[in-house]
Amino acid sequence: MRMPTTELAERSVMAGDGATMVDVSGLNVGFKNAKGLVRAVNGVDLQLKRGEVLALLGESGSGKSVTLRALIRLNPEHKSIVSGRIVVAGTDVTTLAPEAMQDFRGGVASMIFQDPGLALDPVYRVGDQIAETVMRHKKVSRQEARKRALELFERVRIPSPERRLDAYPHELSGGMRQRAMIALSLSCDPQVLLADEPTTALDATVQIQILLLLRELQRDLGLTVIFVTHDIGVAVEVADRIAVMYAGRIVETGPVAEVIRGARHPYTLGLLATRAHGGRLQGRRLRTIPGNPPDLASLPPGCPFAPRCSSVEARCREIEPPLVELGPAHRMRCVLGT
Amino acid sequence: MLVYILLRLLYTIPIALGVTVFVFALIHLSGDPMSAIVAPDATAEMVEQLKKSYGFDQPLPIQYLLWLTKALQGDFGNSIVNSRPVLDTLLAAVPNTLMLAGVATLIGFAFGCILGGLAGYYQGGIVDKIATGFGIAGVSIPHYWLGMVLVIIFAVELRWLPATGMGAGGSDAWQWDWEHIRFLILPAVTLSVIPCGIITRTVRSTVAEILNQEFVQALRAKGLWHGQVMRHVARNAAPTVLAVMGLQLGYLLGGSILVETVFNWPGTGYLLNDAIFRRDVPMLQGTILLLAMFFVALNLIVDIVQTWVDPRMRRS
Ligand SMILES: Nc1ncnc2c1ncn2[C@@H]1O[C@H](COP(=O)(O)OP(=O)(O)OP(=O)(O)O)[C@@H](O)[C@H]1O
Ligand SMILES: [Mg+2]
Repeated sequence: MRMPTTELAERSVMAGDGATMVDVSGLNVGFKNAKGLVRAVNGVDLQLKRGEVLALLGESGSGKSVTLRALIRLNPEHKSIVSGRIVVAGTDVTTLAPEAMQDFRGGVASMIFQDPGLALDPVYRVGDQIAETVMRHKKVSRQEARKRALELFERVRIPSPERRLDAYPHELSGGMRQRAMIALSLSCDPQVLLADEPTTALDATVQIQILLLLRELQRDLGLTVIFVTHDIGVAVEVADRIAVMYAGRIVETGPVAEVIRGARHPYTLGLLATRAHGGRLQGRRLRTIPGNPPDLASLPPGCPFAPRCSSVEARCREIEPPLVELGPAHRMRCVLGT
Repeated sequence: MLVYILLRLLYTIPIALGVTVFVFALIHLSGDPMSAIVAPDATAEMVEQLKKSYGFDQPLPIQYLLWLTKALQGDFGNSIVNSRPVLDTLLAAVPNTLMLAGVATLIGFAFGCILGGLAGYYQGGIVDKIATGFGIAGVSIPHYWLGMVLVIIFAVELRWLPATGMGAGGSDAWQWDWEHIRFLILPAVTLSVIPCGIITRTVRSTVAEILNQEFVQALRAKGLWHGQVMRHVARNAAPTVLAVMGLQLGYLLGGSILVETVFNWPGTGYLLNDAIFRRDVPMLQGTILLLAMFFVALNLIVDIVQTWVDPRMRRS
């Protein structure tokens, strides 16, 4: 899963001109429960231009999925408190009426889930699940929708696509299911694709195929993609930029090459340390940093990473870490830069 | 799929045979069947004679085989009480029980789905608490008692509905018009309370479980309308709910004894009650056997339908 560094640099230059497709700032998401408020996302800022790919990286529970779901308002509405600015493809998601929101989901921004075995309806044929989506968003007949599904199956290179359209999810292999899920998510020509760990549940070899397919589709269709992953190797493979999340904040963000070579935040450095051993990252979870993430229901004052940080100072436990510019598009939240 | 059905059918044969042995044994272990027939002052010869005529003089296994071969040919013997063939009496009663149990199951199914669906959807909310309370009440209230309460309210006090029977002409003159359906309402509602409670609980937990699955979120993420998402949920819940409903129908077919007795409903349960009190052994055997076979058959049908409805089970 390693890439020659020259190609790395090339890619970060290539993408990223054009309109702003994702504009999130000051995003907070909390979940109400019996104990109080679980602060899953705390002041996240994300800006993506058309055709850009951002990898959202972080440990389990750091709020990656919640951030992604907030972009299409998929977090349970009565249980969660969301604030901040969320503009996707020029639409203010926070003020959209419910019906307009339903048009928006799948039509403008769509989502790929981690485990296609869980994300597809087990009792419907996959072809019907795609056709249903097409008919929902475009005024087409059932036949045309089926035709579109077939086209998509060919596009994601599912072998013998006609036959596979009539298969139930359990009759497909994991890789094929994820291809079907990708076909489904692209069925209504979305502009923004939200991919929540789309390869984590797959075998290593299949993982690479799916990554290559996603990258190809992204380029051909000019998709703007937020790609959630645990795996730095994967992030390097697919993304132009990386944003590292910890306890619901983005602690460091920048072009892939800069973050890989010139990371400054202790948490990012910790993640990268996993890369040092043998260089193979494939499928390995980022668990090398000692300690556990903080309890999101009672976050300590100051930097949430302080208890686990090897460069911790006294002021880390008192003040919110400031935003530090490390380069033109490279920023981190840490007192070290000041 | 076909192989599965065939296997399932084969598998049913030993179960059915087991049931016949059980039914036969039950009757013979529960006391001497002769005691009901023989007059207290009968001579020993008369007793022997009677025993012979009913086949009670043979060893039990032989009696069983004789009884089974006859039963397989539809001959359940003659009633000890009125000497008419048991089968004729049964055939007259079965449609009445089927009708009562069927309607009760449908009522239970309809209300159970609505209540359970709402409870599962608004899990933890006030609707959930009401529906769950209703479900528990449905399962725990003795239904003959409820039947009597309903009779007192709707038949005696309000005089809206008849208290007992099937109408003026009995079961032969039954028609699906208001004059007759009036008689069906109270017993059917009474009988429906238990399946209603059970189906409510099943639907509630099934719906709640499905709503927690990731694919529901994926359905919302692709922009489906709320109604469309709910259709997916219903499709996913269907196999479980249909299975429970089928089994409830099975229970009601055999379990309507008290309700049929309370409402004087001329079905198999009524027959059974009568046969028990008169120790009419052939009648008892025939009725229990038939009801048990109904249950076995329903289980078979439920299994097959469930397999057919759920694509995940089709191949295994
Ligand atoms: N619907 C919800 N209700 C309550 N808490 C939630 C809900 N969804 C997420 N959370 C909480 O928000 C926090 C962040 O969860 P999130 O799923 O975003 O993590 P993640 O970074 O995607 O982790 P993973 O890598 O395991 O997927 C977790 O503590 C989780 O328990
Ligand atoms: Mg996640």
